[in-house]
Amino acid sequence: MIEVLLFAHLRDGVGTAKLEINTESLTVEQLKDKLVHDFGLPDLDRVMVAINEEYASNQDQIKNGDTVALIPHVSGG
Amino acid sequence: MKRFEIVEAPIDVQQVIDKVSSREAGAITTFIGTVREWTKGKRTVYLEYQAYVPMAEKKLAQIGTEIEEKWDKAKVAISHRIGHLDISDIAVVIAVSSPHRKAAYEANEYAIERIKEMVPIWKKENWDNGESWIGDQRENTSYPTGRPEGEK
Repeated sequence: MIEVLLFAHLRDGVGTAKLEINTESLTVEQLKDKLVHDFGLPDLDRVMVAINEEYASNQDQIKNGDTVALIPHVSGG
Repeated sequence: MKRFEIVEAPIDVQQVIDKVSSREAGAITTFIGTVREWTKGKRTVYLEYQAYVPMAEKKLAQIGTEIEEKWDKAKVAISHRIGHLDISDIAVVIAVSSPHRKAAYEANEYAIERIKEMVPIWKKENWDNGESWIGDQRENTSYPTGRPEGEK
């Protein structure tokens, strides 16, 4: 199982802070496609992804047990 | 006492300064980011900050490491507040100490730019007539490589 954390407008839009995906392994790109199709998330092209708290690229592999965070443009400060 | 922290309570500026003061320091610069009422003619009523807390603290610490590599003997502390913030409340405090003044100024500016680039903290503006999550404030960031610059 992969845990997907949502923030900012993505959290508001989906109405939850966390999604759980049952899968053994998939790439970041495949996960984005799945979230758009299965959960109705908006276009995730410009959203960054972190796997276990480190930024990842579209080709990186996500494994069972990983925590993935969708990170829209940040605005701290 | 954590030098890089996300907090929900008001930030005590002196406490952040104390974390970097040392006998080697000849300068301490502090940056205080506050909530402004007016942005381009639009009146903010209050702000709401949200963070991916464990990752945000890790990324703030990374900024500290970057600064200590770039500027000899610089020491950094950063506190960022999240939750509901009213006008004039302090959102972020960055303190940098260094043997010399110039490095303390430069490193402090570097820190806030990096925060805006890659620390997972979001800001929701609440206006008289609506609300919106604000993306990158410089409004010029795209991530052609899929991640912020400087991330490997």
